[in-house]
Amino acid sequence: MTELTLSRAETKSVASSIAEMRRFEILKALAIFALVAALPIIVHDVYLQNVLILTLMFAALSQSWNILGGYCGQISLGNALYFGIGAYVTSMLFVGFSITPWLGLGLGGVLAAVLAVVLGYPCFRLKGHYFSIATIVIAEIGLLLVHNWDYAGAALGIQWPVGQDGWTTLQFARNKIPYFYLALGLFVVTWFVTFFIEGSRWGYWWRAVRDNPEAARSLGVEVFRSKIAAAAVSAFFTAVGGGFYAAFVGYIDPDSVMSFRFSLLFALPAVLGGIGTLWGPAVGAAVLIPLTEILRSYAGGSGNGLDLIIYGGLVMLVALAKPDGLLSLFQLMGRGRST
Amino acid sequence: MTSAQPFLQVLASGLAMGLIYALIAVGLSLIFGLMDVVNFAHGEFLMLAMYATFGLFFETALDPIVLAPLVVAIMFVLGISVYAGVVRYAMRAKTNPGMVQIFATFGLAILIQGLAQYFFTPDYRSIPNTWLGGKTLNLGGVFLPWPQIYGGAISLATFLGLYLLISRTDFGKALEATREDQGAVALVGIDRNRIFALGWGLGAALVGLAGAVLAIFYYIHPNVGGTFALVAYVTVALGGFGSIFGALVAGIIVGVVEALTTLILPPALKSVGIFTLYLGVLFIRPSGLLGRL
Amino acid sequence: MTNESILAVRHVTRRFGGLIANSDISLEVRRGELLGLIGPNGAGKSTLFNLIAGTYAPTSGEICLDGDDITSLPDTKRCALGIARTFQVPRSFDSMSVLDNVIVGALVRRSGANQAREQALETLDFVGLATRAAAPAVELTPPEKRRLELARALATEPKLLLLDEVMTGLTPVEARKGVELIRRISDRGITIVMVEHVMEVVMPLVDRAVVLNLGKVLAQGHPKDVVRDESVIAAYLGDRHRAT
Repeated sequence: MTELTLSRAETKSVASSIAEMRRFEILKALAIFALVAALPIIVHDVYLQNVLILTLMFAALSQSWNILGGYCGQISLGNALYFGIGAYVTSMLFVGFSITPWLGLGLGGVLAAVLAVVLGYPCFRLKGHYFSIATIVIAEIGLLLVHNWDYAGAALGIQWPVGQDGWTTLQFARNKIPYFYLALGLFVVTWFVTFFIEGSRWGYWWRAVRDNPEAARSLGVEVFRSKIAAAAVSAFFTAVGGGFYAAFVGYIDPDSVMSFRFSLLFALPAVLGGIGTLWGPAVGAAVLIPLTEILRSYAGGSGNGLDLIIYGGLVMLVALAKPDGLLSLFQLMGRGRST
Repeated sequence: MTSAQPFLQVLASGLAMGLIYALIAVGLSLIFGLMDVVNFAHGEFLMLAMYATFGLFFETALDPIVLAPLVVAIMFVLGISVYAGVVRYAMRAKTNPGMVQIFATFGLAILIQGLAQYFFTPDYRSIPNTWLGGKTLNLGGVFLPWPQIYGGAISLATFLGLYLLISRTDFGKALEATREDQGAVALVGIDRNRIFALGWGLGAALVGLAGAVLAIFYYIHPNVGGTFALVAYVTVALGGFGSIFGALVAGIIVGVVEALTTLILPPALKSVGIFTLYLGVLFIRPSGLLGRL
Repeated sequence: MTNESILAVRHVTRRFGGLIANSDISLEVRRGELLGLIGPNGAGKSTLFNLIAGTYAPTSGEICLDGDDITSLPDTKRCALGIARTFQVPRSFDSMSVLDNVIVGALVRRSGANQAREQALETLDFVGLATRAAAPAVELTPPEKRRLELARALATEPKLLLLDEVMTGLTPVEARKGVELIRRISDRGITIVMVEHVMEVVMPLVDRAVVLNLGKVLAQGHPKDVVRDESVIAAYLGDRHRAT
């Protein structure tokens, strides 16, 4: 026998060095979060602050998408439904009943998670493209219904009242910085949730389900339950993001929170940055959202489509040239340094 | 006038529109059946075909009916180019091949939309004074616009042609063999790449024909693809991905159910009927009406 | 090895449409035994294997593990009860590391990832893949992938291990290492049922052989007796005639 074998002590030490690496990952993350938290010290421009808030928000939403799409491999193109639920629940409770958006965020999240479980029962029997298209259609039905729901303002939507600034109302008309920290907080929470799930039994189960469901089943993995759990977590945070967005923009209508465009925008950063990875959605959002905003302001303002050309071209190019996402570039660089 | 008249009217226009939906969807199903790829730029192909019809009409002043073969030829070339330039590379991905295909074709869809806006502006266009435009046939009190009748007839003829193509020609056999088992094809010595390229050409040509029909009676604008794309995906999933005749059956069902829905629900909710039906069917038969697992 | 039975298959029949893949099959597997399930192509070995693993249910008949009826339990539940399997064509989790692949198996009996990781490393060491622990599974060579399949199945700590043609496609050197590994697994007291098409590989290794032909049990017993059985020779000869 030529294979190298390990002693029991060596096995233990390999195992503990992996645990050590995970602790280091937390420290690295905390350092990055601290640096990002310091950004408002140098960024005073309201427009740039706006871009930062959107970037963090989409990083969080894409991380939520990544939980189901990236880790569990179920490509949902209908997460706009849950985003819309969060936005509408939060808005309707606040505008109609003066209930603090904090409660709305939680209720919207729970409602979305419950709906994800209910929809999951029929949907997760569908495979591959059948699943993805079903999610598009279900979100589209939701959009159509809200469009025609008079109590929720139908096509006109809901306008948040002005003049009640503060942390209980989540309204900050003069100063956008609180939104920045809320968005950062949301991203930090989704990051840690993903991180801890990644190291847990669910995390292993989800990736096994994504890579090979038959083999997973033979190893005792509850495939169906795995998908349902991932869908619920994903929907919860997507809805919380929707509630945040409603509070941030102060006005929602069906198309501005539930259109297919949003479903795509939740998936794209993860795909661009690195699907099924901890930092992929953030890296993708950091590239995509500023680019979208810049293109919108400078190239596409006249509706000449230049923004779409660059945007579409970029998505296509990354999908083809770097299927592992931009994050793999960093890892390559890192590997180059260490060797 | 009997009380059944409005019902018959709805049924007839639903049937005609359904045949056109089937024609829009069949190319998508064909490509999927051939190589397990969903083209998320399918709606944009349709939009380009409509613009091609419009542009050729503008240049030549010929009727869209006469221009249809030319549009089909242009789209055939476009389909092959998209395969050679994009899809071929997307299929090489070792990790997440499904994901790469979805987002490569999504990126392409956005790119095509942008190009259309850039070159054609977001304005709504329509082709004036066509032979069939605005003319209606009166069948004992049931009125059917001639463009829809023409579209329905073209669709039926196309499906007949597809049937002959698949059952009678070598290309059809190769197509069928590739669908059955991609590994076996290599053994038999069929050049996979060539079959795939031809498949994309054919798929795009089919949706091109649908575009040449729609351009007669529908407004042409850069976002028109999205309107029909979702219906096409629902049609294909309902019929069963990869099934040609599933697309025909599902197209007709979608057209008729959509029309019937307008009898019950306000027009704004006309899609709710087909979406609900689609979900209902899929939850009972996860691979569609005529799909294989 | 004891005479106590760990697995009992009783009058199991499985139809696929009009085709009867397994017809009224009954057999017992004794605790600690290394049983070979052999037969020519199309004999119904794979079907029986999948019925025991729980991939699908029999049309009629029953399957018992340790005296408990498991006929209607899905594969996931059977794994929890102690049945593990490998696949004919290895099905690794390709985007995950070799170690993570095995951790998935280890998590059946452990809820914490840290304990599962130690268990997985030991198992990898046992099958001789410890040095490849950090590699992505997709980068393994075909024989390494077979070892990974074994490690993953072993990590579930099975009472009964089902091996589906694990020797197919291996070079003589690799096959010898494979045989040695299977012996070591058997020495740990794990009951093994291995399906093989090629008799030459299994016969020297197993304690007992069951020969299937045309969906029925043709012969069973000590390997030496089985290979001398007239009907078995005829079945294999017939198979060779068909093949040429």
